[in-house]
Amino acid sequence: MTHTAAETPRGPKPQRMTAGRIGLYAFLLVSAVFFLLPFYVMLVTSLKTMPEIQHGSIFALPSKATIEPWIVAWSKACTGANCDGIRVGLLNSFEILVPSVILSIGLGAINGYALSFWRPKAGNIVLTTLLLGAFIPYQVFIYPLVRMLSFVSLYNTLPGIVIVHTIFGLPIMTLLFRNYYEAMPADLFRAGRVDGGGFWTIFFRLILPMSGPILVVALILQVTGIWNDFLFGLIFAGRQHLPMTVQLNNVVNTTMGTKAYNVNMAATILTALVPLVVYFVSGRWFVRGIAAGAVKG
Amino acid sequence: MDTSVAVRDLKISYGALDVIKDLQLEIARGEFLVLLGPSGCGKSTLLNAIAGLIDVADGEVWISGRNVTWEEPKDRGIGMVFQSYALYPQMSVEKNLSFSLRVARHDRADIERRVARAAEILQIEPLLKRKPAHLSGGQRQRVAIGRALVRDVDVFLFDEPLSNLDAKLRVDLRVEIKRLHQRLENTMIYVTHDQIEALTLADRIAVMKGGVIQQLDDPLTIYNRPKNRFVAEFIGSPSMNFFEGSILEKDGRRVFDADGMKVPLPCDLAPKVEPGRAVSLGVRPEHIRIGEMGTNSDEAALRGTIDIEEPMGPDTLVWIRTGERTLAARCPADARYPPGQTVPFVFDMRFASIFDAKSGERL
Repeated sequence: MTHTAAETPRGPKPQRMTAGRIGLYAFLLVSAVFFLLPFYVMLVTSLKTMPEIQHGSIFALPSKATIEPWIVAWSKACTGANCDGIRVGLLNSFEILVPSVILSIGLGAINGYALSFWRPKAGNIVLTTLLLGAFIPYQVFIYPLVRMLSFVSLYNTLPGIVIVHTIFGLPIMTLLFRNYYEAMPADLFRAGRVDGGGFWTIFFRLILPMSGPILVVALILQVTGIWNDFLFGLIFAGRQHLPMTVQLNNVVNTTMGTKAYNVNMAATILTALVPLVVYFVSGRWFVRGIAAGAVKG
Repeated sequence: MDTSVAVRDLKISYGALDVIKDLQLEIARGEFLVLLGPSGCGKSTLLNAIAGLIDVADGEVWISGRNVTWEEPKDRGIGMVFQSYALYPQMSVEKNLSFSLRVARHDRADIERRVARAAEILQIEPLLKRKPAHLSGGQRQRVAIGRALVRDVDVFLFDEPLSNLDAKLRVDLRVEIKRLHQRLENTMIYVTHDQIEALTLADRIAVMKGGVIQQLDDPLTIYNRPKNRFVAEFIGSPSMNFFEGSILEKDGRRVFDADGMKVPLPCDLAPKVEPGRAVSLGVRPEHIRIGEMGTNSDEAALRGTIDIEEPMGPDTLVWIRTGERTLAARCPADARYPPGQTVPFVFDMRFASIFDAKSGERL
């Protein structure tokens, strides 16, 4: 062994693997396995036949993989009397998702813009009210909302559920955009006014084009939030527009004979696909959005 | 006076706090007016009120003979340049320049002509296609000036436009702004806390403190005949030397006396102060000369010990201790002033200022 006591610190500092490092990596690995295992079980179960599920180990790979359960889940699984699979729910979910996301983000952005730049006289009251609204558990609002919506004949309709999602998304969206705009230099807004911009011109031509990162963050929050919603969909959407999450529940809970675990697993993965894709595709964007927001206004 | 901008009885409040109260200001057409003062003195607030970016609690703002108190900023005939440049980051320089024209729906040929003219004046033609992120600080500020330029307005408002630039660029751009003013002959209102910018650029300077204009005069009057102690202290670097004392009558002449330091008053000052009055005497560093004995009656001969010597290049700043006081003197750079040496020095009393000790007003 060469003892290089005379080694002078120079150049890049050598990286050494310490016991702490090894422990850290081991912990990360275990955590990753812990969180991935349920998904693994779901995936392999959805590819097995029922007899294999009943006799084999739940961790084993399928001996003969089959996509039959996926087909059943997609187009044949029964929810009560209808046996059209959960594809109906997928369409319903999109019908609810798209307008709700656009409306809640759009209104949130306009609210945040108005509150941070134009500073209306009662702005602080509006903001406090919104904040308060965000903190009250929303189960409290459900019954009054049902009554209000039926009064205007929107209960159990698509516009009804869209309105509900938009309203409940508004506090967090407003806050998100307000904080983002608050960090933007006010001089930009002043310059816009001197240059002749009115409320909408400044919003659409100056502020919105600078809101890219926060729009991505809002999009992720709202898409995953609204897609994963169960309660509002169940209560407000009406039988014609039940979202995929409610359909999934109906598929899983409709028991006739033995529970079709493989079909249930396939249906669950199908339902979870949209938020999964959002995370995988936009994960990078998400981080970039947050970083961009932190560095530059 | 051909008035370009007038502010009458202006009052601006934030809640219960009056930031500006009963302010009057008249600015002539083509004048370069600098609003100068420490931070929080209300100079930027006043500028924003003229621009129409904040609401006034009372009073009127007139621009080019129109009462614009209730008008939107865009309708006031003003262009504004901000400290933070406030360029639109997603637009190229060209789009930044033309934004106001596009909003106002000018036709394409007119937009092109105006942008080309502004770019030519400010020498930013090679930058037109670039985004603000790819410009240096000086280039950004030129674009910001250009944005005001294309609008062909009567009045330019500058809100500390050079404060974010480094020292050398600041001097360069300062000269350019002055040249721009000479070329365009617009009215310009310029807010700064930098007295050198104020002295070099202004036709008139309004020195502000606590929302009140302390003095409104041309730069040399502000510098040489400050109206009160605040103005005297704020203008000049290093500050004017102050001595607290009172007036004595000695051998038929009026003499300023501060703990035994006796300084005879010049003939023009003497009649304004009666003996026994408590006053402060202000002498600028360049009006102290080291190594001379008083020879004429307008000079006061004194002695002190050199404390510190600061060579500045063109001249040297010498700090002299005399009794309890330390005072700054601006001396020729060709001599040396070894610390510890006792030297005679004189005040050139022709340029001295005397303020009432209580009110701080110039006598």
